[in-house]
Amino acid sequence: MHLNRLTCHELVEMIKAQTVTAEEVVEHVFRRIDEVESKINAFISTFKEDALEKAREIDRKIRRGESVGLLAGIPVAVKDNICTRGKLTTCGSKMLSNYIPPYSATVVEKIEAAGGIIIGKTNMDEFAMGNSTETSFFGCTRNPWDLTRVPGGSSGGSAAALTSDETVLALGSDTGGSIRCPASFCSVVGLKPTYGLVSRYGLVAYANSLEQIGPMAKDVLDCAMLLTAIAGHDPRDSTSAPRSPYDYTSAINGDIKNVKVGVPREFFAAGLDERVEKSVLSAVSILEDLGATCGETSISYLEYVVPTYYLIAMSEASSNLARFDGLRYGFTAKCDGDWNEVFSATRSEGFGEEVKRRILLGTFALSAGYYDKYYLKALKVRTLIKREFEKALAKFDVLVAPTMPILPFKIGEIIEDPLTMYMMDIDTVPVNLAGVPSISVPCGFVDGLPVGLQVIGGFFGEEKILKVAYAFQEHTKFNLKKPEI
Amino acid sequence: MPIERSEELGVKIGLEVHVQLTALKTKLFCSCSANYRGMPPNTLTCPICLGHPGTLPVLNRKAVEHAMMVALALNSSISPQMFFFRKNYFYVDLPKNFQISQYDKAGGAPLSTGGWVEFSVNGERKKVRIRRIQLEEDPARLTYPGTITSAPYTLVDFNRAGVALLEIVTEPDMETPEEAYFFLQKLRSILEHLGVSSENMQGSMRCDANISIMGGARVEIKNISSFRDVRRALQYEIMRQKQLLRRGGVTKQETRHWDEDRQITVSLRVKETESDYRYFPEPDLVPVKIPEEWVSKVASQMPELPDARKERFISDYGIPEYDAIVLTSSKKIADFFEECCKLYSNPKKIANWIMSDLLRNINETGMDVTEMSITAEQFIEMIKMIDEGLISGKIAKRVLRESIRTGRPPRIVVEDEGLLKISDENVISKLADEVFREFPKAVEDARRDRKAVNFLVGQVMKKTRGRADPDVTNKVILSKLEENRAIPSRS
Ligand SMILES: [Zn+2]
Repeated sequence: MHLNRLTCHELVEMIKAQTVTAEEVVEHVFRRIDEVESKINAFISTFKEDALEKAREIDRKIRRGESVGLLAGIPVAVKDNICTRGKLTTCGSKMLSNYIPPYSATVVEKIEAAGGIIIGKTNMDEFAMGNSTETSFFGCTRNPWDLTRVPGGSSGGSAAALTSDETVLALGSDTGGSIRCPASFCSVVGLKPTYGLVSRYGLVAYANSLEQIGPMAKDVLDCAMLLTAIAGHDPRDSTSAPRSPYDYTSAINGDIKNVKVGVPREFFAAGLDERVEKSVLSAVSILEDLGATCGETSISYLEYVVPTYYLIAMSEASSNLARFDGLRYGFTAKCDGDWNEVFSATRSEGFGEEVKRRILLGTFALSAGYYDKYYLKALKVRTLIKREFEKALAKFDVLVAPTMPILPFKIGEIIEDPLTMYMMDIDTVPVNLAGVPSISVPCGFVDGLPVGLQVIGGFFGEEKILKVAYAFQEHTKFNLKKPEI
Repeated sequence: MPIERSEELGVKIGLEVHVQLTALKTKLFCSCSANYRGMPPNTLTCPICLGHPGTLPVLNRKAVEHAMMVALALNSSISPQMFFFRKNYFYVDLPKNFQISQYDKAGGAPLSTGGWVEFSVNGERKKVRIRRIQLEEDPARLTYPGTITSAPYTLVDFNRAGVALLEIVTEPDMETPEEAYFFLQKLRSILEHLGVSSENMQGSMRCDANISIMGGARVEIKNISSFRDVRRALQYEIMRQKQLLRRGGVTKQETRHWDEDRQITVSLRVKETESDYRYFPEPDLVPVKIPEEWVSKVASQMPELPDARKERFISDYGIPEYDAIVLTSSKKIADFFEECCKLYSNPKKIANWIMSDLLRNINETGMDVTEMSITAEQFIEMIKMIDEGLISGKIAKRVLRESIRTGRPPRIVVEDEGLLKISDENVISKLADEVFREFPKAVEDARRDRKAVNFLVGQVMKKTRGRADPDVTNKVILSKLEENRAIPSRS
């Protein structure tokens, strides 16, 4: 039996019942990593010895009859922009290629407290800026369904690791689709929580007001379990919502009778690959078959979401990434000049093209004379979009849409064309602008390439989207299909 | 003011004062100790105040309360909701290369706006308006081996990074360096009374000044670290600008650095064009609501402020208003005065001695009142020695001066230097005889004119280095003049 192929909910039962040990699970996972990692490149670093040690500790506890957590003995891959104390955290950048954080992110502490075992750090677009994992300093991650294609991004490493069974659970972060896009491209489940549900403490900021850490998993139940482990108020994050712990698996029962599902027509406009459209529309009829009431609705201003998103994200990024100057940590350029020259050299050599592009554009947008024209205007559009979602979600329990308007593309195919790249985010970024939760769940294959269905909920409506996604998954079983690597 | 009547020059001075809220236990956005003085460099730091990636600020609510107290004391109206903004610029002292500060534009609201400070300048009332008060984080401290320009490297101490800093901005309402000085003195006394900043404010209160003359360009002076230097820097700058204008030059809008060692302002020549800080709302902090109840709760816990204390001094101790103003110009002095009054109920005399001799001597030594070592007990002991006739007032002045310079208590100075008053008639009589022999002419004059007696008394004083009791000496000399009337002069 390949334990690494199982799900979290299956494995936890087995580990607790002592039919398998956590150590065996971790061993299987690392065996798989050794097997396929050279092809996939999902990880930037792995912690085999530590992971095995922690697994044995869990096993000891179970044997002694001590209580163990929700994720007891479960391997979790963590995106490399989430700080792990004493363990390399690079953000996929040369700038942090030697950075070992002195502290752990709140979510990492929570996972460890729940018995989860951090097995490694996953590859990503540099500083989460991208949707293909091609901008990583550590090379592109390959899509397990077709090694010549991108896994999506920026949490491409986490998604690919799940698809290739190199892990059982994974964490991603989603600023404008960075969990959902690779979930869709790799045919796994990824959830972007409501802004404020999961602590951002320890997530290296790209665009603070938009991003959330979220669970990625092989099925919806696992996704709910990981969300249960990481959600909740954190006094270290002032933007964290004052919500008490909640078991997100409790609502999952497969029954979606009379759930009102809205289909916003703007998400099916020009630019959407016809094959993707077909898959998503067939998903809508499946939901209807399952008893949901589906109806058309509208989210206006969708044509403005991409520029709005990028203005806000780049502006925040230009400030967030200012701290990387080589003075206190990270990469420092060899340079004999004064501080100004050292900072410049460090940043010129330490950042990649896409990161520099976004810093420059963001700096420009915040500059005197442009602030009102760009940043402030973007904030106003953001408010309008948020209202659109509030309106639509007052009528419907959830909204469904394609996660990505296209199928996974070839490595190197679009990377030189940033505008085309940015436009691919059209279906994911509105969710971040609004701050609402959204899950991407596998909804079929076109020519052997995965398509993702996005289920969007109202504020703190994680339960509902999980419920709909689960019902859909249980009926379609797309989650069970595995690629040959 | 030594230069010229500044109204003629149309001098406008505004101040930007930065006050560290040192009474707080922790920094503004993390739980590191804010009490960094005397600590080894870079020992009071954490991932947050070092700007590590992924860290987030959490606002110290106590800092907001301390800031609110200052706003209330300066009659400034507190915003019902305030925001933090990022002020973006690259510099080695900024761990994140942006400072979390506040902003009054772009929809921002600082802690408070408006307000005023009323104070007295050489007996005249003056009111300076406050523009705004805001909370921000202090950058790290930089030290340069040697001077700022010649140092081969810079050392950065992040202990100071993130300490809560209050920025108090005034309107350009001051017309002389003197007014700026007294404004700062009053502000300092208010802060001391509020207890939000340490008593010894050395370095915890920093000041930038802006000044324009005759409607000319506004010049900013940065890096002024003491009150005295604010006055000096402004005096220097008025002189410099005046000379420039006299020679037909034009003042240009610039930032100048106060060079403490050379006591001049120097143009910074930073290549920086018009600084663009790219302010935008800090996305990691939520707006801070300051409801009326919170304000009134803080207001109800406000300690007595200098103005109220001044009024109380006038009514409780019966001292003149001027004295009360001087005594309340520093919390340390006001406390000292009250302590003295508890030990010895002669407020007027205590006030006189504090104002005329204690403060003058402290000023002359260039010391700060907070640094004086004399205690109320020691001071009262000295005053009692005067009242008990053990030392004369004149000796007391000497003793006090010596005491302040050396830190030795007055009684020890008196004992060490044998300064106890001589009241023994026999001793004084012998000395008077010597004087009579040395100044026969004066003795004759004194017989005719009582006013000339003072000369003879003075000579006895001189022989005793002021220790002879003036009353006894006077009596002895008068009786000798009577005795000797019959004796013909030898000349
Ligand atoms: Zn700290």
